[in-house]
Amino acid sequence: MIKENKPNLSQDEIWREPVNLALFRKPQGKVHVIAERCKECNYCTNYCPNEVLERSTNTNSHGYHYVQVKAGKESSCVNCGMCQTICPDFAIFVTEVQ
Amino acid sequence: MSIEEVHPKSQFLRDERLPHIWCPGCGLGIVLQSYINAAEKSGIRLENHVLISGIGCTARLPGYANLDTYHTTHGRGIPFATGMKIANPDLKVTVISGDGDLFNIGGNHFIHAARRNMDLLVVCVNNFNYGMTGGQHGSTTPPSSLSSSTPYGNIEQSFNLPYLAAAIGASYVARWTVMHPRQFTKSLSKAMDIRGFAFVEVLSPCPPNFGKFNGFSDGFAEMEFYRKNSVVDNEAKLEDVSIDPHHGKQIILGEFVNKRRPSFIELEREVNRRAMVVEK
Ligand SMILES: Cc1ncc(C[n+]2csc(CCOP(=O)(O)OP(=O)(O)O)c2C)c(N)n1
Ligand code: SF4
Ligand code: SF4
Ligand code: SF4
Ligand SMILES: [Mg+2]
Repeated sequence: MIKENKPNLSQDEIWREPVNLALFRKPQGKVHVIAERCKECNYCTNYCPNEVLERSTNTNSHGYHYVQVKAGKESSCVNCGMCQTICPDFAIFVTEVQ
Repeated sequence: MSIEEVHPKSQFLRDERLPHIWCPGCGLGIVLQSYINAAEKSGIRLENHVLISGIGCTARLPGYANLDTYHTTHGRGIPFATGMKIANPDLKVTVISGDGDLFNIGGNHFIHAARRNMDLLVVCVNNFNYGMTGGQHGSTTPPSSLSSSTPYGNIEQSFNLPYLAAAIGASYVARWTVMHPRQFTKSLSKAMDIRGFAFVEVLSPCPPNFGKFNGFSDGFAEMEFYRKNSVVDNEAKLEDVSIDPHHGKQIILGEFVNKRRPSFIELEREVNRRAMVVEK
């Protein structure tokens, strides 16, 4: 039988403080691509929550259209790390912009 | 964007061997990264981690980790690891190998290591077929699947690996997919702390073989299938967690077993102590 996972939260966990927008800064990341390793699987382009990435029209020496940051999206990376975690080829990573 | 050459995990990789041999969209690179991240966080010194495999695409994985690693013969990762652990109990010995390697040719070694509660972490990368040799079916191929050796559909029932491992007495049992890298990494970290036999199954796309034969146009399509059709249920009844996507069944993930029973190494120490007393 397939059961649903029911969250079992206490009152304390449900009652959250509202975010203080004056103190909160959206994190920013810088994308690094090791173009020679990219195999064009498109996992990072599809799973980036901010649609920062796209396939380049250029190819690496193995013939794959490697990934690049979309024009105009240079400051849209929120440093979530999804692209780095999901890349099977160690071809992309992010660093935090302070 | 910049074209940088040094990946932040490169110190844990044999960087000079990259790009690796795996196909575009193959999930094995995600398994490798997850293992490295778990080992890094484990609190166990890296020189005490040993990574062992048998034969297959998955079995190439230790060759990319910058640790002491052994690529053994087909199906024999577990016996090799068992010998290494008994000879040097200070080591954290992990076997990462394929479904075919661990459960077809090597199936007997698995059941006996679990029965003994041998102090090992065994990770099975289940891509539902023999990837390396061209996508033949095996004991983990779901019913009705197409493969290069079942062109009219697999008539066999497949192993329900978590149920099997738990029934034999594994101390820790979990299942994830490479679409769940964070949960999978956490689970590996936990499993590295287990005294006894820990088993983690991870489902992974094999785009040119199982994927292509079963209607996934590419790795992404298989990843999407895992994302949309998986449910996490740590309390699942294990007899119900078999994988049967061709008959509309959801894939059940989770950390199913985490229970303490004396491990082989603990019992061996105890019996050695008693033997010493008798000898004196
Ligand atoms: C004794 C022996 N028999 C058969 C083979 C051929 N062979 C190589 S890999 C493999 C299957 C590997 O399947 P799996 O463990 O699922 O790994 P994958 O390639 O799918 O990761 C087989 C049968 C071999 N190398 N040695
Ligand atoms: S870190 Fe997150 S937001 Fe930035 S490019 Fe990667 S996936 Fe997109
Ligand atoms: S996930 Fe990695 S290999 Fe795949 S397209 Fe992105 S950078 Fe390239
Ligand atoms: S054949 Fe399958 S398992 Fe082997 S490298 Fe290719 S995708 Fe990965
Ligand atoms: Mg396999």
